Amino acid sequence: MTDASSRLRSRGQLLVAIGLAMLAVLLLIVALGPSIAPYSPSATSPNSLDGPTALHWLGTDSIGRDLLSRLIVGGRGTLMITFVAVALALAAGLVLGLLSGYVGGRVDLTIMRLLDVVFAFPVFLLAIAVVAALGPTVKNLILTIAVVYTPAMARVVRGPVLSVKRWDHVEAARSVGVGEFAIALRHVLPLVVSPILVQTSLILANTIFTVTALSFLGLGPPPPDPNWGSMLAEARQFMELAPLTVIGPAVAIVFASLTFIVLANGLREMLDVGSR
Amino acid sequence: MTGKPASLLEVRDLTATFHRDGAPSRVVNGISFDIAPGEAVGFVGESGSGKSVTARAVMRLAPEGSSIEWGGRIRFQGQELLSLTEREMRDVRGRRIAMVFQDPMASLNPVMSVGAQIDDMLVRHTGVSTRAARKRTVELLGLVGIRDPAIRADDFPHQFSGGMRQRVLIAISVSCQPDLLIADEPTTALDVTVQAQILRLLMRLRRELGMALMLITHDFGVIAGMVERVYVMHRGDIVESGEVDTLFAAPKHAYTQALLAAVPRIESTRRPA
Repeated sequence: MTDASSRLRSRGQLLVAIGLAMLAVLLLIVALGPSIAPYSPSATSPNSLDGPTALHWLGTDSIGRDLLSRLIVGGRGTLMITFVAVALALAAGLVLGLLSGYVGGRVDLTIMRLLDVVFAFPVFLLAIAVVAALGPTVKNLILTIAVVYTPAMARVVRGPVLSVKRWDHVEAARSVGVGEFAIALRHVLPLVVSPILVQTSLILANTIFTVTALSFLGLGPPPPDPNWGSMLAEARQFMELAPLTVIGPAVAIVFASLTFIVLANGLREMLDVGSR
Repeated sequence: MTGKPASLLEVRDLTATFHRDGAPSRVVNGISFDIAPGEAVGFVGESGSGKSVTARAVMRLAPEGSSIEWGGRIRFQGQELLSLTEREMRDVRGRRIAMVFQDPMASLNPVMSVGAQIDDMLVRHTGVSTRAARKRTVELLGLVGIRDPAIRADDFPHQFSGGMRQRVLIAISVSCQPDLLIADEPTTALDVTVQAQILRLLMRLRRELGMALMLITHDFGVIAGMVERVYVMHRGDIVESGEVDTLFAAPKHAYTQALLAAVPRIESTRRPA
């Protein structure tokens, strides 16, 4: 191992450690949610559009609801949608990518061309169209995001599968009577995990943006349930009166997507993805 | 060897045709050969002579990413292999015919412990429990000369040297006591000293397990002490065959003579000009 690559590796480990710590904070918010929020997210108080005070650390919104509580509970919703949607995209991408890359031939051609159709649209545009057509419910939001990110996932699985399936140990496994299904799952899939991890992390970061942006446009989960996107949209309306109310949701969104970007970069350097 | 013993493997008019971009290219032109039970037979020839494809034909393994058409007959223990379904063929591979490959560095799954890879084989073909398989795995690793087999079984391929990995691969291939072991250039990727050890190991296992051995190589030096009969292949044909001693003493075909002349000799006094 060269010096440069080991230095890169230890830098990667540091980034992964930071990313995991940030992820722990996010997961804590998702897990505890309402129980750590100081107020009910829908409880109003007479002080509307207040700046930060001892009672309301982040201030209150236009009808006097506590912003910190809404941020915590809203984060739970935003992150849940993100995690479930990306998990679905990952599952679909794994199945399609593995099938496509491993079986090859017509199967590959058919799957990849179908995915290309989805891939050809800008993710965000497609998401807006689908959610607008189906109606903005949590279920539709999750399904839409899963669908628009499936092609990116499938491609990242397919690429390395194409090369790994030609490696000698695959033929060696076949020569001792291992079936194709078992070869794909046990002798190919475990070798392509690294790029998949990196990609999943990157897609998580993108999905945070997509989910909050859709909510910002009013295509997110319906009110009164709080979420970061709609909080930002609402705060924007009163920005001249209460500029500080924008900061909470904005920082939360950046923090969440930064978590996954840091994680993705760390994983990439640690696992040496791309140089193999 | 007197008379003609009943064949373990009987190959008649074997052809192999690759189909790539629509243009068929024939790499094996209707060859016939026999291997008796427990017999060691060598296949010699240069790269591209069709010897590896012949070996793969017996396993019915097509190189990944190519489509290959087999023709002729391959009878193994009285069963026609070319007419078996893929599923039936999977039961033959590994259990009745096994193969050792050229590159031990690449032929093991890098993310599974070597023990798990042997366990897998045993569970698949003999239906034993994982626990019972592990006991046998440790025995097998000991059999092929891995020290501290019980501990080493949990190590991963990158923790083994090339020679050791080839030993592990040999352990995998003999784990179900096949009747025929095909070794495709088993020592080409190894150091010369390790080569001799691996060849001795193959000889010993063949004797102890009563397997027939089909040894593919381009190296006459490897063939010499290992096999009883030799087939010389050139451009998809068997150009000469016979008892190894006879063939070495008096090669009939011009190509065999050329191959033998290409082996460097230590007593040779000729120097390159």
